[in-house]
Amino acid sequence: MHKIIRARSGLARLNLEELWEFRELIYFLAWRDVLVRYKQTAIGVLWAVFRPFLTIVVFSVVFGRFAHVPTGTLPYPVLSLAGLLAWQLFSTAFAESSSSVVSNPQLVSKIYFPRMIMPLSAVVASLVDFFVALAMLAVLMIWYRVPLSPSIVWLPLFIFLCLLIALGTGIWFAALYVRYRDIRHLIPFIVQLGLYISPVGFPSSMVPERWRFVYSLNPMVGVIDGFRWSLFGGRNPIYVPGLTISIVLSIAALIGGAYYFRNTERLFADII
Amino acid sequence: MSNLLISAQSLGKKYKLGELVLALSLRDRVTDAVRSIGKKKRAPAEFWALRDVSFDLHDGEVIGVIGRNGAGKSTLLKIISRITEPTEGAAHLYGRVSSLLEVGVGFHPELSGRENVFLNGAILSMSRVEIRRKFDEIVAFAEVEQFIDTPVKRYSSGMYVRLAFAVAAHLEPDVLIVDEVLAVGDIAFQRKCLGKMEDIRRTGRAVLVVSHNMSLISQLCENVLWLDGGKVVRSGPTREVIAAYMAQGVGGSAEWIPDAPLGDTFEYHRVWIDGGSGDAGTVAADRAFDIVYDFTVKKPMHPGRLALLIASAEGTPIFTSTSTDRLSAIREPWKLGRQRVRCTIPGHLLVPGRYFVTISEQVDMVEVLRERIFAFTVTEQNSLTTRDARLGIIAPLLEWRAEECS
Repeated sequence: MHKIIRARSGLARLNLEELWEFRELIYFLAWRDVLVRYKQTAIGVLWAVFRPFLTIVVFSVVFGRFAHVPTGTLPYPVLSLAGLLAWQLFSTAFAESSSSVVSNPQLVSKIYFPRMIMPLSAVVASLVDFFVALAMLAVLMIWYRVPLSPSIVWLPLFIFLCLLIALGTGIWFAALYVRYRDIRHLIPFIVQLGLYISPVGFPSSMVPERWRFVYSLNPMVGVIDGFRWSLFGGRNPIYVPGLTISIVLSIAALIGGAYYFRNTERLFADII
Repeated sequence: MSNLLISAQSLGKKYKLGELVLALSLRDRVTDAVRSIGKKKRAPAEFWALRDVSFDLHDGEVIGVIGRNGAGKSTLLKIISRITEPTEGAAHLYGRVSSLLEVGVGFHPELSGRENVFLNGAILSMSRVEIRRKFDEIVAFAEVEQFIDTPVKRYSSGMYVRLAFAVAAHLEPDVLIVDEVLAVGDIAFQRKCLGKMEDIRRTGRAVLVVSHNMSLISQLCENVLWLDGGKVVRSGPTREVIAAYMAQGVGGSAEWIPDAPLGDTFEYHRVWIDGGSGDAGTVAADRAFDIVYDFTVKKPMHPGRLALLIASAEGTPIFTSTSTDRLSAIREPWKLGRQRVRCTIPGHLLVPGRYFVTISEQVDMVEVLRERIFAFTVTEQNSLTTRDARLGIIAPLLEWRAEECS
């Protein structure tokens, strides 16, 4: 084993091999995040159910009852919960990975490991809450007798796409956050606003056809549509150009973000 | 036959002072940019934290790095640990390097001892299998068996440090990099840690250790690197370098500021001499002066105790004093928050010469010793020169009275 330490010049390599070497650390940091999240809480991981549940109740009253959002043949709570699950997976993964580096200054300034581990493990940790909340959707679907579509086999793909978007944006924010603490104010803003501009409380078919493409520039539109399609089948057809944009944007964000992260991470220890 | 493990060639690290100022918000950037329109771009002030440092480390070798605060020791370790990049020069690492710049990195207060062992082990690049295999040994080393499933936030600071060091002590790197971590823990535990470092050397691995503790350095190292102002002042056999270092004194300024926060119950900001004279490092022999402790107590704790040892330049202890010597002062719990404690040393006590200050604090029943944190000079009193060169290690001003014989 021979390593050379010197000042880097030019564009940094992604060095995915090293990331693989440290893969256990991704697991351990994610494990820590999950453990810590529910330590000394009375109802523990049930919070992962409570939060979406209460949101759905409010949504059902406001959008379902008062605004009469059309949901086709689906009961409103089921439709909105499917959207909310996708959105919460994104928002948790995005917010946690964005602040992952800044919230662990000791790790950055006292020990070496590939820094990319931090946003990665934050994204992994967000999956736990998601799966717990997914169980609630199953219960709700049984309650309303909504049949499961065979297209559910595609759900993992959309979960993956959702994580990809979260990681792609989170990695950018994580690197920017170290240098610009403005990001702290931006994160909750994006999470809050995104909930309303994404088709969480309503189906994206409500968006007028000529605006559909522009609307799909929000990559979460493709993910949420994909969630609904894979769970409930043909009643919620996928808008293919929108999904394509989603995929392209997320991959572009991830690659760009990874390079940006790698190129700024050598300053992390000096400026954190 | 010894193999080269680390070869560092003229390492340098430059900071732009602007980068050290952390308040880098976007708004600052924008306002800076606006202000600088039409002005010539001012080059930011530069500062070399380390310059032209070279050394080789072979297996079975322990190298000590000494120097006063701000000499670049920690920067050097950070570069070798790959935490920060050098600005110039290169270091070649042949083997697995583990660094221990602080004990308990990544420890989470809410997690139990057991969980933290696994987490910390993983952060120090141990594999899960490796941690599981060594788990019992780690817990036994730390002597925290009964509390292993208790959250570490309920540990005493001694237990916390022992557990944290135990994890690190069970790493099996080719090179271990240690930064002043032995400054914590009680004497028995420190001895245990020293033994562990000896083991590392005996098994043909190497250690690079930073410490202010000269007796530890001379016990442990055969070679020493003395840094000052980021440059190597001298390197070579321990005895020679330490002698030279001591001859020059601990450092110019009679104050001590810890390199890093020292824990979450008790933290020093500064310890210094308040001698009333302009030059902080010198006090007049006939004047009283104070040793001032400036610190913050962060958690409620058992009554603590501060202590002071003044030793001569040759290392002879002159006296010891503690904050609980007077009965009236004993066993009051420390109040929370930042505070100062002064110990006044009377005039007419020390003979002119150079002295070293060692302090200790007892926090939560654990005594932590900080040896030779700074030196000061007691200057002669010009008016009473005859008193200055007399024999003895103290020079008290005593009462002489004439009595009539009847």
